[in-house]
Amino acid sequence: MAASNTMSTTTNLRPNQDLNDRVARRRRRQQTEQRAVSVLLFLAAMISIFTTVGVVVLLVSQSAGFFAEVSVWNFLTGTDWAPHLSPEKSGVLELVSGTLLVAVVAGIVSLTLGLGAAIFLSEYAPEKLRRILKPILEVLAGIPTVVYGYFALTFVTPIFQTLFGAEQVSIFNALSAGIVMGLMIMPMVSTLSEDAMVAVPRSLRDAAYALGATRFEVATKVVMPAALSGIVASFILAMSRAIGETMIVKIAAGAQPNLTLNPLESIQTMTAYVVQISGGEAAQGSFEYKTIFAVGLLLFVMTLGMNIIGRWVISRFRQKYE
Amino acid sequence: MVGFVLAVVIGVLGLAALLVDVLVDGLPFFSWDFISAYSSYEPSKAGILGPLGGTLWIAALTALFSIPIGVGTAIYLEEFASKSRLNRLIELNIANLAGVPSVIYGLLGLAMFVQFLFNGGRNVTAGALTMTLLVLPIVVIASQEAIKAVPASYRDAAYAMGANRWQVVKSVVLPQAMPGMMSGIILALSRAIGESAPILIISSLVVVTFVPTNPGSSFTVLPLQIFTWIGHQNPEFRGIAAAAIMVLLAVLLSMNGVAIWIRSKYQSRPEQ
Repeated sequence: MAASNTMSTTTNLRPNQDLNDRVARRRRRQQTEQRAVSVLLFLAAMISIFTTVGVVVLLVSQSAGFFAEVSVWNFLTGTDWAPHLSPEKSGVLELVSGTLLVAVVAGIVSLTLGLGAAIFLSEYAPEKLRRILKPILEVLAGIPTVVYGYFALTFVTPIFQTLFGAEQVSIFNALSAGIVMGLMIMPMVSTLSEDAMVAVPRSLRDAAYALGATRFEVATKVVMPAALSGIVASFILAMSRAIGETMIVKIAAGAQPNLTLNPLESIQTMTAYVVQISGGEAAQGSFEYKTIFAVGLLLFVMTLGMNIIGRWVISRFRQKYE
Repeated sequence: MVGFVLAVVIGVLGLAALLVDVLVDGLPFFSWDFISAYSSYEPSKAGILGPLGGTLWIAALTALFSIPIGVGTAIYLEEFASKSRLNRLIELNIANLAGVPSVIYGLLGLAMFVQFLFNGGRNVTAGALTMTLLVLPIVVIASQEAIKAVPASYRDAAYAMGANRWQVVKSVVLPQAMPGMMSGIILALSRAIGESAPILIISSLVVVTFVPTNPGSSFTVLPLQIFTWIGHQNPEFRGIAAAAIMVLLAVLLSMNGVAIWIRSKYQSRPEQ
């Protein structure tokens, strides 16, 4: 009896031990798999850090040769840009002014249209209309920049030439490029400002309505001021987009470095200069080739700075109402 | 109120004018031959087969590289990472990369991939790797949003049944987040297809009369071919450019449509 009891215990125990072993092995395998996966995922995440490091190292190291010949001060304050003629003519202001001229036009257009659309969509439009209009406007952001360039050159510029006279308006000009770019950036401004306006507490609106304010007064005197920092941030981010945009200005704004405030003239932006030279016009290692990295570095610093400020303003604004 | 309506109307009219402008200029040049022929110096014979092939290669390789890296980064940040300083830095860094101008990516790709990795080879792989870096922030941010939208209770249920972190991600979070990720990935790829500034820097070819056959082939893409034709001395090429724009827009708008469709289907699901 006792013996058979022991027997049955051992026969029962054997498969259990096996099972335990198998479970333990499987658990170990799963843990190894998890550990391997988490290392791989971490490496994937680090690629973004390597990208930033790569950009900074590339721009700084490659422009070092340029700044050995031209001082930072002369680069930033010089008003003559013709580095293919001589290193003395390496004042980037002509390119910066061209860039800013287009960006300001684009900023004004996108802010006016984007903000107006945001107010209409968030304060006036019925839900059904909003659901139709929003995707239509968002198509604007998905159209490639070469197509906008084509539109600016073949449609917008001829209109201005008819309006102001062909001798007043250069075929390649900052105004057409800026307006079309503003159209492209409009959905971004509209979405960001709508987010800001939706975040304004209901109670502020209700209080104004209770005082007898009209819908227009609530929109312009309550919601807009309360959402002002969000709107400012969307403008800053829009300008940063405009400064970094390349193909529209390359196609429609010209290739003429020009220190001017007249948007009807032909200009050249920093981005258009970079693609013009890197597209194969200058020999690698030549002084002219080095200039694109100096211009690229300045472009990177400008857009990065504006993005950081823009997002900082948005995050501060969010805190205010949370 | 009129002013606010006007803003929307101008936006919609601007879009309509752009489409009509392209159609009016491009339709006379559009035909089946236009899609199946290679580029030519004669406007009547020019087609887009070469750049269309290049665009497909770029889209496919960019998807191949950017989906695992982008989705992997998002999973790491949302499911594996602690709120450490390094991980906050990664997240901040991705937000900043999203705002870096595309020409800068072009310069980086030229130096890192064309000159360093491929020793001067201006090939489709170099182009796709550059595009991968460019669209990676879009893929990561969209995937993060999709992962965040998976209810915590699903995860808790899986953990309660003894699943480990990777098992929860693999069998619960990823299937649930898939539609949201897909729409983000499609938008990222349509960005890669429409972008031309970095490719202009990387591929210096003007006329391409072949479809790339392997990852080491040189190439051009549709937007770059359009750019070249817009700038051609012979003004007849403008019409050819418009016809090519029609093809590019048809591809991109249908991709956007699919992305919006997936998103709306996905968003409406909880109400069912």
